Amino acid sequence: MEVLLGITGKDFTIIAASQAAMRGATILKASDDKTRALNQHTLMAFSGEAGDTIQFAEYIQANAQLYSMRNNIDLSPSAIAHFVRGELASSLRSRKPYNVNLLLGGVDPITDKPSLYWLDYLASLAPVPYAAHGYAQYYCLSILDKHHHPDINFEQGLKILRMCTDELKRRLPIDFKGMLVKVITKDGIREVDYNDDARVVCP
Amino acid sequence: MASGYDRALSGYPDGHVFQVEYALEAVKRGTCAVGVKGKDIVVLGCEKRSAMKLQDTRITPSKIGLVDTHVCLAFAGLNADARILIDKARLEAQSHRLTVEDPVTIEYITKYVAGVQQRYTQSGGVRPFGISTLIVGFDPNDKTPRLYQTEPSGIYSAWKANAIGRSSKTVREFLERNHKDDMDREATLKLTIKSLLEVVQTGAKNIEIAIMAPGKPLEMLPVEDIEAYVKNIEQEKVEEAAKKKTGRTPGTGNAAILTRGSDSTA
Repeated sequence: MEVLLGITGKDFTIIAASQAAMRGATILKASDDKTRALNQHTLMAFSGEAGDTIQFAEYIQANAQLYSMRNNIDLSPSAIAHFVRGELASSLRSRKPYNVNLLLGGVDPITDKPSLYWLDYLASLAPVPYAAHGYAQYYCLSILDKHHHPDINFEQGLKILRMCTDELKRRLPIDFKGMLVKVITKDGIREVDYNDDARVVCP
Repeated sequence: MASGYDRALSGYPDGHVFQVEYALEAVKRGTCAVGVKGKDIVVLGCEKRSAMKLQDTRITPSKIGLVDTHVCLAFAGLNADARILIDKARLEAQSHRLTVEDPVTIEYITKYVAGVQQRYTQSGGVRPFGISTLIVGFDPNDKTPRLYQTEPSGIYSAWKANAIGRSSKTVREFLERNHKDDMDREATLKLTIKSLLEVVQTGAKNIEIAIMAPGKPLEMLPVEDIEAYVKNIEQEKVEEAAKKKTGRTPGTGNAAILTRGSDSTA
């Protein structure tokens, strides 16, 4: 029951990931960071089989950074998304594939255009305006369908995110220990103070 | 024994490994590179070969390269060899981050680079890297500037200031005379440029300067700034020379015998 959410707006991409690290029915940690920064303006959030996730994410991170060092320029979010898809596709056809689902959010350093990519362990890749992974899809996509607009500003984006996380708290049977929220703008990646204490009751 | 070919790379007549000595020769022919440690920065300076008329200098690769965000490397010798060696270092730096979740220390990456260079003096079918390198930077969470040198043989050493490449001896001797501990940014930059001017005749447009400070990205000094330093240094040199001359001007000194020049004016 890991939650990954992504929302793009006018000049930003928000990535949110649940903070619970779980093993079976047990929560091991309530402050887990399921994201890795790939370069100055690309952030990857991941869920899936424990172990696979971090191994894969850090492998991608190392390669993205190696590219930056070798070529003196960062890969664009789009280029990274396609690279990651290639890695997932060859992994899928190996003896032991990675079981990892990803959201890749970024802002193109040249055009300043925000972008969001949805990838799953079957190496599907889709550029999307907003996205969710796991059970969160069932609860959040309808909210996002109704309220999202490509021109929203950051405050409106956070408002829609709040609606999503409230609904998740209302409906998901397991506490996912709140969300870690990060936003990518042309100035880089920063964490957003996201207060998750309010109790949401089910009608 | 040594008839025609240096047959075995691993053999050493009279204790010499010829291939390594040839590599050192390639280093001596390379353009000069200087590294100077200050109190809390470290500076790399390079002599830039003058570009030909039709060359696009904007995208011609530099002699100073980043190995990781906190490690900078300058070399003297064969450009093509350096490209391969720097790439190996970059790969190791990222690999190190991936395996131990920490950036490399400057000593570690120096040891790695020197290790690769040593391996190429002892393996079959390869030749040594024809480059010496200066590796500078700051260890993670540390404000101590570091400066190391590596050589084709695989030797590495730590320095306060050093030069490699063409006329490196002249520059090193200059540094030995003028280096002081705990220099600030201005003094460090000035010493670096002044030392390079000992061997670079053409001035600012043939000098490249890179500055590393703890926790900051690599800073390449703009040409205009280098020009300003060069101008300043030349001005000082002129003043110095003038002072020496005035020291000998007749009448101002205590010399009993007047020079011939003064006779004619007197």
